[in-house]
Amino acid sequence: MTFVTKPRVHHPQLKVNDLGLTRRDYEGSVSTLCAGCGHDSVSAAIVQACAELSIPPHRFTKISGIGCSSKTPTYFLGKSHGFNSVHGRMPSVATGANLANKDLYCIGISGDGDTASIGMGQFAHIVRRRINMCYIVDNNGTYGLTKGQFSATNDKGSTSKKGAPNLYEPIDLVSIALQLGATFVGRSFSGDKGQLVPLIKAALLHKGFAFIDVISPCVAFNNHKGSTKSYDYVRDHRGDVVAADFVPPHEEIVADYAPGTREDVAMPDGSTLRLRKLADDYDPHDRVGALAYVQRKQDEGEVVTGLLYLDANASDCHAILETVDTPLNELGEVDLCPGNAALKPINASFR
Amino acid sequence: MTRYNDFVIKFANVNGSGSASANGMFAKAVFRMGVPVGTRNIFPSNIQGLPTWFEVRVSEAGYLGRRDGVDIMVAMNAETYAEDVASLVSGGYLLYDSSRPRPRELARNDVVDIGVPISTLLLSEFQDPKQRQLFKNIVYVGALSALINIDFDVLTGMVSEQYKGKDALIKPNVHALEIGRNFALDYLDNPLPVQLRRSNAVGDRIMIEGNTASALGAVYGGATVCAWYPITPSTSVAESFERYANRFRTDKESGKKKFAIMQAEDELAAIGMVIGAAWNGARAFTATSGPGLSLMGEFLGLAYFAEIPAVLIDVQRAGPSTGMPTRTQQADLMSAVYASHGDTKHVVLIPSSPKECFDFSADALDIADRLQTPVIIMSDLELGMNEVMSDPLVWDDARKYDRGKVYHADDLDRIEKFGRYVDVDGDGIGYRTYPGAHPSKGSFFTRGTSRDEYARYTEDPEIYTENMDRLLLKWKTAKTLVPKPDIHESTPRRPYGVLYYGTTQMPMQESLDLLATDGIHLDTLRIRAVPFTDSVLEFIDNHELVFIVEQNRDAQMRMILVNEGNIDPAKVVPVCYYGGLSIAAEFIRGEISRYFATNKLARISEVKR
Repeated sequence: MTFVTKPRVHHPQLKVNDLGLTRRDYEGSVSTLCAGCGHDSVSAAIVQACAELSIPPHRFTKISGIGCSSKTPTYFLGKSHGFNSVHGRMPSVATGANLANKDLYCIGISGDGDTASIGMGQFAHIVRRRINMCYIVDNNGTYGLTKGQFSATNDKGSTSKKGAPNLYEPIDLVSIALQLGATFVGRSFSGDKGQLVPLIKAALLHKGFAFIDVISPCVAFNNHKGSTKSYDYVRDHRGDVVAADFVPPHEEIVADYAPGTREDVAMPDGSTLRLRKLADDYDPHDRVGALAYVQRKQDEGEVVTGLLYLDANASDCHAILETVDTPLNELGEVDLCPGNAALKPINASFR
Repeated sequence: MTRYNDFVIKFANVNGSGSASANGMFAKAVFRMGVPVGTRNIFPSNIQGLPTWFEVRVSEAGYLGRRDGVDIMVAMNAETYAEDVASLVSGGYLLYDSSRPRPRELARNDVVDIGVPISTLLLSEFQDPKQRQLFKNIVYVGALSALINIDFDVLTGMVSEQYKGKDALIKPNVHALEIGRNFALDYLDNPLPVQLRRSNAVGDRIMIEGNTASALGAVYGGATVCAWYPITPSTSVAESFERYANRFRTDKESGKKKFAIMQAEDELAAIGMVIGAAWNGARAFTATSGPGLSLMGEFLGLAYFAEIPAVLIDVQRAGPSTGMPTRTQQADLMSAVYASHGDTKHVVLIPSSPKECFDFSADALDIADRLQTPVIIMSDLELGMNEVMSDPLVWDDARKYDRGKVYHADDLDRIEKFGRYVDVDGDGIGYRTYPGAHPSKGSFFTRGTSRDEYARYTEDPEIYTENMDRLLLKWKTAKTLVPKPDIHESTPRRPYGVLYYGTTQMPMQESLDLLATDGIHLDTLRIRAVPFTDSVLEFIDNHELVFIVEQNRDAQMRMILVNEGNIDPAKVVPVCYYGGLSIAAEFIRGEISRYFATNKLARISEVKR
């Protein structure tokens, strides 16, 4: 960790967003993770994404489980409420929080141990329920806080720092999210802010369950030769499918500037998500195709990154449950309590 | 000699044969004649095929607890026939389907056989084999109407009510009732010396399952999020909540709902959702039973330590492990009060009647918000899944929800520095804020790790200890908020007393009356909550000896009393029944009477005043 606290002064040239706020207004307290940790880059990307979206910094909930990844919500959005809950159970806490107030943006932070091992059940079910949130897994393939045990996302045959190979099949969270009906699935790399920031922005604005698997190397235990989650390995084996750019509602959509095909997707708030295809045979609206592509590439040793799947017309859990527009936590006696008069026929029905 | 309104009738059926609605109709008919009834479903963990019993205690005196010894047995299950015949008291009545011969060796010459050729009668009247099967149950109710004088209009009225809108079903059901009734009138001696007559003993009471009342309490108490996982015997809490919430909480214009119900993937997720919702300012609850409570342990510790309200309704069943999932017990008490690792204590409310189930659900939501901690309601299968007579449900329209100490945006503007865990008022409870409330003030990080008053992580021994001590102070504050015990002391005080709680209330008055015939008179106290109010400990102090009646093996309430109240264990005598049926008055009387005899305690008639 770093012991140098950044001074709370604003650089005069810091970019100001539509709310007149700078990136500093979206930061949290100082990270206690190891210097160079990929997770800190993810936190920085979240800060940038939220600032650029001009969402008031207190209108988020940040919910996590347990582990290195789950410590990170203290390191961004200091004006928001955060909840560092129980190992593997972030999804249920996030579900409850979202049911209580549909108007807040929910960021869930988890790790590969937190999601793919102890939290596998809850992960599967939150995907099914389409909770409106951005679920990020800081995926480093290792248990950092307990000093370097393999996690379930580690590739078979990859080695630990001490050289022992992983003997078991990996769990690919992206494939599972696709299979269980996530309506926004992306994968990125903590070292690639250019790709990660637009992905997070789009995920936050997506109405429904958005999942981003971020390969985030562990500098202490999983950044050596033989690891498939190291900086070097991921840089060498990446295959981008779809790049996402984000265009705020008031910005004019300019002419095509990227090679290949381009597609503009309208987001619920009127903004536009611009997709650029890098792989010729890739269709981000084809769930089954995406699943096949990701798995085929995985067999070829390639880590597919980018926006893998998007259903822009998706609905979220509140739409499924048909809840009222007012957040449930704002309802009082008048809305909730039927009153004594209503008990008369109830009592009569039990006589 | 004719005995009116005082008998036990038991129906022995096969699970899934449609007997439940006929048996329920019987009990309700007695109730509608103004005669108090206690009903018990004794059922297996099975959908179809295994034996099931329905027991009805009919008691003008209002003794609603279970009583051994059946006066009238309706034996419809060949598989349990031997045991059913054996359960009759001498001089009892055995009603059976005489269409086929019975095993002769099981005949008892001290009981009266009442053969009704139920299957044969139906064979000529109904063509549909399904109806022939279903109406068997209706036919015996019809026969009983003649045999024990059930008002026939009451029965036909209930059929019309039950099938309102499905009028085609009314006629055949009434016909089936008539088949049984006419056979009894034509061929049997009517009525039996054990019979019914109209009474006013019921008064304005209702007959309702505790789980239904619990759910209604949650609706009235303003719960907006219900997260649950199906488990017997708690399932009907969530199902009833959904039914009533749909009725009362659907916006008339938009058709949208002012509640959210989530059937979780397991109990861990259920309590996690409750905690997430409550953290975000909604009132939330879950319902479960023993195995679910065990699974929820880690989360309950988080809610205790991070100070988040949560309401959990534990409808207890017989443990340990899967135990007897369809039998009743009070054996989750210890694991509820001390749920989770580390030093934890949880507030527990213990209802004894459906009315209290209703009241305590709403109260628990207030208490949980006020104390910012989990509140666990300890119901049980006996109360939750049986239709229990109860005072009617009442709501005070002037009542406002107590949302506890919450700083909203305007409060935050007023105060200089917000600290989530600062004990501003000296009662151990800090002020919380809801997420998103204020642009720059009031945000904090909730965690299960140790933290200081400003919610910042710390491992400082002093700060940690102060925080743990503050939680104890909060526990003390809880004593002022929980329901007070129900105490009955005579003047002057009796030397001995009895403590009890929950569904032991049902046989209690009968137990005391029986003990009085043995010359034993006891003051009574019904515990309604943990932590104990001072009056509970004073009651023990003021008596030479106090019995504690419980429905578990290890006298769990006694352990908690000894532990929390620093009570001399020699002063509190356990009386424990844990067979899985509801506790009976005769058992309590027997145990206490025996203790008096063995220890040569003075009977009250011998005490010089």
